[in-house]
Amino acid sequence: MSGQASRTGAGRLAPPGSRHRLELALAIGGALALILVAWAVPWLRFILTIALAKGIAVLGILLLLRAGQVSFGHAMFLATGAYTVAFLAPSVPEVLILVPLGGAIALGLGLVVGLFVVRYRDIFFGMLNLALSMVLYSLLEKLYALTKGTDGIRVARLTFAGTEPPRETQEWLMFGLALGLALVFGLLVRAYLASPMGQALKGIKTRETRLEFMGVPARHVLLFAYGFSALMGGVGGTLVAMTSRHVTPLLAYWTSSGELVFIAILGGAGSALGPFLGATAFELVRVYAAAAVADAWQMILGAVLLAVILFAPGGVWGILSARLKGRAA
Amino acid sequence: MTEWFTENGLLLGLAVLDGLAYAGLVFLVAVGLNLVFGVLRIVNVAHGSLFAIGAYAAASLGLFFAARGLPAWAGYAALLLAAALVGLILGPPIERLVLRRIYGHEESLQLLVTFALFMILEDVQKLIWGVQPVSNDGPMKLLGTVDVPFGEDVIPFTAYQLFVLPGLALLTLLALAWFLRRTLTGRVILAVTTDKEAAMAMGIDATRVTLLTFTFGAALAALGGALASPTTALVPGVGAQTIVLSFAVVATAGLGQIEGAAVSALLIGLGRSAAVYFAPEFEVVVPYIIMVAVLLVRPQGLFGVPETRRV
Repeated sequence: MSGQASRTGAGRLAPPGSRHRLELALAIGGALALILVAWAVPWLRFILTIALAKGIAVLGILLLLRAGQVSFGHAMFLATGAYTVAFLAPSVPEVLILVPLGGAIALGLGLVVGLFVVRYRDIFFGMLNLALSMVLYSLLEKLYALTKGTDGIRVARLTFAGTEPPRETQEWLMFGLALGLALVFGLLVRAYLASPMGQALKGIKTRETRLEFMGVPARHVLLFAYGFSALMGGVGGTLVAMTSRHVTPLLAYWTSSGELVFIAILGGAGSALGPFLGATAFELVRVYAAAAVADAWQMILGAVLLAVILFAPGGVWGILSARLKGRAA
Repeated sequence: MTEWFTENGLLLGLAVLDGLAYAGLVFLVAVGLNLVFGVLRIVNVAHGSLFAIGAYAAASLGLFFAARGLPAWAGYAALLLAAALVGLILGPPIERLVLRRIYGHEESLQLLVTFALFMILEDVQKLIWGVQPVSNDGPMKLLGTVDVPFGEDVIPFTAYQLFVLPGLALLTLLALAWFLRRTLTGRVILAVTTDKEAAMAMGIDATRVTLLTFTFGAALAALGGALASPTTALVPGVGAQTIVLSFAVVATAGLGQIEGAAVSALLIGLGRSAAVYFAPEFEVVVPYIIMVAVLLVRPQGLFGVPETRRV
């Protein structure tokens, strides 16, 4: 039988020390492996940068999954970050300004949207997010004068700390920036989830009323997580725009939100490493599946998603940590 | 005001006629989604794909019939036959093989499973029908156009969109209301919707009812698609649009409300077509604005009953 209700859920109890050490070792090992691959196979560098950027956005999905909520509209924050870069790059080409700016604008949008959506749970939470992201999508598509519609905008030339290095160096810089931010946000999310505020998220999932009885306002807890997740979505979006150098309204379409949730489940919601494992696996599967069977890659992804949910609910992280723990014991 | 009417009256008339036809289609899809949610407690994201596949199947079948030299009215038979076939071929396997494994699980997980189904069905549709536009407007041409008197002017409008679409939607609404309240099977479905455990304790075979309801809901989605197919050329992506729109209708009405879905389909259909004629930039946004506005005031939807939270 494929299991009980709390499946996507994380946080099986393990002795905290060994778990943390394992996570840290895997994070460092993973980062080194990524650098090695990016160096050995240059064309994969682009894919890995995108994967890391999406992984940062997926960290936000993971926060909401902890509260048992799934947002089918988080691509709106990714698109906000991406379009911030596309709009401002001609006047402010500095990467080190654009990344925090995109994050801040997404955070602002996230808090406004959050005030509305945190009043709802489950299906309504998921679908309201979806509806709002579709509003953003259609605005991006229809306001042609501003956004060039479905053609999208090419991102203008960017500078790194005032300099404009050659292409190869630029690719490495973007990769390094994505990797660095991934580590920073991963650590932040881990610290946040371990804090009382983060622990309260689990309370929303199991029994919200009990949380309220304890004097913890559930909406505030969820709003904070929502804002944080919007910030990470925005930062991920700026990185996606800077790497792919082209933004289109499709970034905000509900199916790309679905993709983010998919990555979260694929990687496993049990650890801050999950989103990056998931994003890397997702982008690689997509590249190879699209090359092998151009018309059916979405079908393959869908089948993988079904298989993960029904047979490996812990995701890649779940499989990995079970393996490693088994060996240690 | 009167000045505005003399200038824009015709457009307004067109918007209303268009809106009615559109509301009819949206209602058919939304009511299926609603019915399935009532019994299965799952919002089926793949519902939009069933709409799209129904549309493609109807167009193909209609073209096939026409190529075999069957009389023109056979085009209508093709629409209904395609809807029934899609429901019967896709409904049972989806329910038995996939959805049955996740009843009672977290809602987020259920949404994801149906999202996976959506991804699979989208590609199935692309593999079968390709990405080139498919169209068969035979059934619409058959009935020709009608001149609708409007003040001093007349608006020529296709009889198909004027009578067939709203008429069939109304018929479905009445038939469904009668079926659910007056027949044994219908009342059994209602019983499971209201309280599954109590219904099972009374000896109702809930497994059978679920299978039946899902198949029926899938057929309704396919019927919506089939009826929409003569009015437009079909391209990939229809399914993704349809599901968000029909969810907007269902959420505005309140989950599980059948008659309510008809009212909100009208509201959203008319709102959208008004936007098409007067503010085309906002065509896609209007349904969501209506939904968000309603949910701000009534979180349970226009006709929904607030659910008490379990402690």
